[in-house]
Amino acid sequence: MHYEKDISGCGLSGFIDKSKKRVSGEEIIKSIALQHDRGNGLGGGFAAYGIYPDFPDHYAFHIMYDDMDALTHTEELLNKKLQIEHHEKIQVRNTPKIKTHPILRRYFVKPNPSTEDLELLDIKSIDDDDFIVRLVMHINEKIRGAFVFSSGKNMGAFKGVGFPEDIAEFFRLDEYKGYIWTAHNRFPTNTPGWWGGAHPFTLLDWSIVHNGEVSSYGINKRYLEMFGYKCTLYTDTEVITYILDLLVRKHGLSKELACKVLSSEFWKNIDKMPTREQKIHKALRMVYGSALLNGPFAILFAYSNGIIGLNDRVKLRPLVVGYKGDRVYMSSEESAIRIIEPNLDRVFAPVAGEPVIVEFDEEV
Amino acid sequence: MVTIDAKGVYYRQLNDQIKEYIAKGEKHITLNNICGQYYIATGIKSDVKIEINGVPGQDLAALMNGPTLIVHNNAQDTIGNTMDAGKIVIHGLAGDVLGYGMRGGKMHIKQDVGYRVGIHMKSYKEKIPVIIAGGKAGDFFGEYMAGGVLILLGMDSVRPEMPIVGDYLGTGMHGGVMYIRGKIDLERCGKEVGVDKLDKTDMKLLKGYLKEYCKDFKLDINEILKEEFSKVFPKSKRPYGTLYCY
Repeated sequence: MHYEKDISGCGLSGFIDKSKKRVSGEEIIKSIALQHDRGNGLGGGFAAYGIYPDFPDHYAFHIMYDDMDALTHTEELLNKKLQIEHHEKIQVRNTPKIKTHPILRRYFVKPNPSTEDLELLDIKSIDDDDFIVRLVMHINEKIRGAFVFSSGKNMGAFKGVGFPEDIAEFFRLDEYKGYIWTAHNRFPTNTPGWWGGAHPFTLLDWSIVHNGEVSSYGINKRYLEMFGYKCTLYTDTEVITYILDLLVRKHGLSKELACKVLSSEFWKNIDKMPTREQKIHKALRMVYGSALLNGPFAILFAYSNGIIGLNDRVKLRPLVVGYKGDRVYMSSEESAIRIIEPNLDRVFAPVAGEPVIVEFDEEV
Repeated sequence: MVTIDAKGVYYRQLNDQIKEYIAKGEKHITLNNICGQYYIATGIKSDVKIEINGVPGQDLAALMNGPTLIVHNNAQDTIGNTMDAGKIVIHGLAGDVLGYGMRGGKMHIKQDVGYRVGIHMKSYKEKIPVIIAGGKAGDFFGEYMAGGVLILLGMDSVRPEMPIVGDYLGTGMHGGVMYIRGKIDLERCGKEVGVDKLDKTDMKLLKGYLKEYCKDFKLDINEILKEEFSKVFPKSKRPYGTLYCY
């Protein structure tokens, strides 16, 4: 396995069109390409929402395989566990910049749990999302050489080893249209650069791009394992995706409170809060202490309804937000926003731990 | 006077071009369509004036010795790292870690600045670095400050709901001085600093610095001086003298 260690500075960029107007990948490519020098060619990736309008209610699995053996094993399992509406090779473009790549396949699926599955779990029925999460965890942990790197509805992750603009060309992202896009340029410091380790990290429709490092990885990982999440991708960022899935989807926390778990208030500030807020923040820190992210980070966290930007508690990584009409942009550098929207209505840098949450005007 | 169209030009080529002009004796360079190019005016020893249209990238004016930079837009992070002399005027807001280890020259920012501004600034004899921001500042303002002057006005801000300055103000400060418009919450300060009113000498210094700042941004100094300033100073020149030998 390829291992690199170097000084760091990943780059992020993302935007949402609040009116759900779908735009081609060209803009996000331009934005992340401007931050070329924040990465070192060991990982680039994108998440796009609204790209599969022909299959809006199917889970879109993107799977990478090391070899045909892994593919055969996985497809055997998929055929048993899922109704596969459509499957295909993920279309790629030959580019000299991406010399080797895994086998890449896409499947539009619906869960198909058998009586046997349910008996095994000792339950009568299982929620679709839960079933998909279990299946993704199973494949990623148990089938050697197979990784599900995207499993949401009407969204997809595209990632690999290379600079993001080269990864985008390889995956033909200029040909996709979405209403939320995020992108990442990777400069791996503590973990290997490999295809599965590039950002974004996704589960269901959650996707995370992250600049920084999760020093609390060990604690977070052990905590998540208690809820059945398997950390298999050799990269710290993975835990953020699973923590958000746990807090928001399973435990029903609001996005705001989930952000306050990741980037929690300091005790000295909690002491000064009004009683009700004090209770909430104390409870969050006590119940979810093991889900707190320690270490420097700026993250963009996208989901089917919106996008969130968040910094660590002492703001050790840059994050800038820009507004223009229906669009909200978030990036490591303002210039990466200006390159695609020179005339912004408003620009600001969120303070430490201040979540910037932008959702669609209304459910469409 | 020359103009460079920087649209799509990679930072290395751009900075080479700037250096060539300076070597030829050029005294006024205008850069148009700047978008994120790194290291502009970094390491340059000259009295050249460089005007920047667009948002310049990281490490603007690092180790700069002499030039005057006018940025007509916002600027990003790490400006004036270990800057030695010269002046930077930014007609917008700027990011984190400005003036890191800055040891001379001036930085005037019209609006807000980010986190860790003026971290470990230092001064020596007549070399006194000065940073003035017209907006608000994030946490760790003047952290480990060893010399120089930080002035914060809190008047021209894109975050009117925020306090003028963040937490951990002047943590580890052991030299220099800060003048902050309005009252300071001592609980938000590092334990190494004291807060006081300005005396006559302070006022004279402050007015001198503000006069130049107001000229740069066409502001009325009387408007700024309508509110009383707080002085933040180090209580000790050696706050950690006994840290490892108690």
